[in-house]
Amino acid sequence: MRRLRLDRLANPQLLALVGVLAINWLLFPSFFHVTWQDGRFFGSFIDVLNRGAPVAILAIGMTGVIATKGVDLSVGAIMAVCGAVAATMVVAGYPAPIAIIAALAVGLACGLWNGFLVAVLDIQPIVATLVLMVAGRGIAQLITEGSIVTFNDPSLIFVGTGSFLGFPMAAVIAVVLMVLVTLLVRRTAIGLFIQAIGVNRAAASLAGIHSRMLLMLVYALSGLCAAIAGIVVAADIRGADANNSGLWLELDAILAVVIGGTSLLGGRFSIPMAVVGALIIQAMNTGILVSGFPPEFNLVVKAGMIILILLLQSPYAALPFKRRPAASNKTASS
Amino acid sequence: MIDKGERRMADSQYVLEARGVIKIFGSQTALDSVDFGLRRGEVHALLGENGAGKSTLIKILTGAYQPDGGQVLVDGAPVTLDNPLHAQTHGIGTVYQEVNLLPNRSVAENLYLGHQPTRFGLVDHRKMERDARVLLTRYGLDLDPGSELGSHSVAVQQIVAIARAVELSGKVLILDEPTASLDRNEVERLFEVIGDLKRAGLAIIFITHFLDQVFAISDRVTVLRNGRLVETQVLDALSRTDVVRLMLGKDIAFSGATDLEPENPTTDVLLQFSGYGRKNGVAPFDLTIHKGEVIGVAGLLGSGRTEMARIMFGADPADQGSLRVNDKPANVRNTTDAITLGFGFCPEDRKAEGILGDLSVRENIIIALQGKLGWFKALNRDEQLEIAGRFGESMDIRAASLDMPVKLLSGGNQQKVILSRWLATDPAFLILDEPTRGIDVGAHAEIVRTINRLRDDGMAMVVISSELDEVVAYSSRIVVMRDRKMVAELRGKNINPGVIVQAIANNPDEATP
Repeated sequence: MRRLRLDRLANPQLLALVGVLAINWLLFPSFFHVTWQDGRFFGSFIDVLNRGAPVAILAIGMTGVIATKGVDLSVGAIMAVCGAVAATMVVAGYPAPIAIIAALAVGLACGLWNGFLVAVLDIQPIVATLVLMVAGRGIAQLITEGSIVTFNDPSLIFVGTGSFLGFPMAAVIAVVLMVLVTLLVRRTAIGLFIQAIGVNRAAASLAGIHSRMLLMLVYALSGLCAAIAGIVVAADIRGADANNSGLWLELDAILAVVIGGTSLLGGRFSIPMAVVGALIIQAMNTGILVSGFPPEFNLVVKAGMIILILLLQSPYAALPFKRRPAASNKTASS
Repeated sequence: MIDKGERRMADSQYVLEARGVIKIFGSQTALDSVDFGLRRGEVHALLGENGAGKSTLIKILTGAYQPDGGQVLVDGAPVTLDNPLHAQTHGIGTVYQEVNLLPNRSVAENLYLGHQPTRFGLVDHRKMERDARVLLTRYGLDLDPGSELGSHSVAVQQIVAIARAVELSGKVLILDEPTASLDRNEVERLFEVIGDLKRAGLAIIFITHFLDQVFAISDRVTVLRNGRLVETQVLDALSRTDVVRLMLGKDIAFSGATDLEPENPTTDVLLQFSGYGRKNGVAPFDLTIHKGEVIGVAGLLGSGRTEMARIMFGADPADQGSLRVNDKPANVRNTTDAITLGFGFCPEDRKAEGILGDLSVRENIIIALQGKLGWFKALNRDEQLEIAGRFGESMDIRAASLDMPVKLLSGGNQQKVILSRWLATDPAFLILDEPTRGIDVGAHAEIVRTINRLRDDGMAMVVISSELDEVVAYSSRIVVMRDRKMVAELRGKNINPGVIVQAIANNPDEATP
């Protein structure tokens, strides 16, 4: 971090983001046109930051989980649960800060539940988190009693639609969270331990690493991030929609992490690059919308993107560049 | 089916034969021109240490692998076995250590799965159960064929698996460690079944790690070592010592005797294990280790060597007995406890339990130290590079860069990385499980030198090794394991590999050659 080198900026994720943004600019020349209005920025590019924030926040938590060779399918459902908790509490008359803290606590509890299933009961992550993915929406509907709970509490609405230094609040929250979590894992040994568990849990345990505690931590963090995303989305639409809040967003979050270069096989990870991955996905969404293509097109483009990434990550993709690893070793040793 | 085999038997001495079989994986020769012949009505034990080529040979005989050279013959006629199913049609059936049946279906269904008797195109359940009952009686089992297989003991399931294999193939039965999860009575019951089948003319290949069992039921034995045939012999002509010697490849006659260290070491006691053990692991053992002592652990594969190491390190914590460290009571419930007490452990399976393949050499070296420091006292990059560089140099780790993934290093260098990992934690007690297995000669010598240096620096060590010459050279005392028990502690004068081989084979009265 201290030695930020220019060549590090030329990584595939940032190049892809620049590429997608450039295509948007070609299709829609005023894409980067930003205006200042009512004390905040407006424009398509700002919209990408704002709309991309929920997936970016999910991706921050998801990165840790995927780095341990796991996956968290429940984050979309946890968003719905936590949005429902925050909305029903402010409607019931609790002050917004209390409602937010309660929603965060519920998200944390959901994450700890996932962590318990994975770390203590040794259930495969995809199955363990499927439990909450299915049950979570039911719980959210029970909380909202089947209806969309709308609210007018200005402080809660500010979380989703307000601005800070002219930037949308959701994007600011995502960036602050990214910086905090990155510092947490990189300035401590937690990041190294997470990688060690993802690469080889048996060897990591023999080397004295508390793999259970770390697994609990990453799933708890993922649940907490889902809670934040759930509050942001509810605040944005001024209501909690148990059926649609966060629907399928777990898949976007996983895609963002994978675009960010973290392998589903665990090991090396990058939280900032996962956030860049979320921005790439949102830039594509926005680009298709503003350029006038029907929104259904979006799904096809996304599918194409996934195929491209999987191809690039497959061992066969490296074949034409077989000399590469040897060359990079040489530079590393010099 | 057995009768059919009998008529064709006249053609050849062997029912199943491998002639000059070669199998190559990448740059490694797993089998080098191995000959193997199986006669009708015999139990033929196939022996060898890990990596000797037993399982490769079995996989070729059952069609799971295709040989790169040589031939497989059934009744004297060359055959190409495409897969295990195809081998079955040639009369070759296999039963593995883990029962490969369906525990939630009935015994009868398991016996006849895939070839159920049918009536009007539907499974004839009544006939199937009737047939099954008759068949089971022949194997001495009186149980309801309609009952769920999973409701019976592993031994019964094992016998059902054998019955199925014999029904389907009928000429050759391959038993791959069938007794590994059975208790003594169950083993005897299984042996009765095997004896009956042998008398009925079946040819049986028996693979096990237990020498007692080899001597209990085998007629002939074939020993493999490093992918080569060592010897095929009638078992009556061999003593236990002979068999162990063939497996380990030690020629007792030439090895000179070495005097181990004096009976009473002058240094302080570091560790006292008393009645230390674990159910289904290792029987309780007593062992006192002084500072600057190397305890060599000898024994065949499966004798409980690795289990002992894992219990000492808390990877599989002890459930009985007590431990004192520096004359104070200590409790090792997990690896973290062990590391806090200053223990370190280099596991036998480097790839599965040792290295963190995708992480760098640097991270692999500092990981245990960082684990000891905890989450929040993170070593920064410069400190990591300093530590990794120091050990990289003193252990002579050949890596293009400390930042390259450790999986790209050679086996010997990976072993040095794992040793460095523990040395970085400044341990008082190191457990090394087969530290020199599968590494090149140079790295081998380097690791033996390191063991000697650490001992002279006052570190206590337990070293598990199959290289008996080596064990004798650096050990202060030698512990011998057999059947998951510590059966001997050798000390004093005139210790040579021959004495150890005899202790392993349990033949104290046999004259020293």
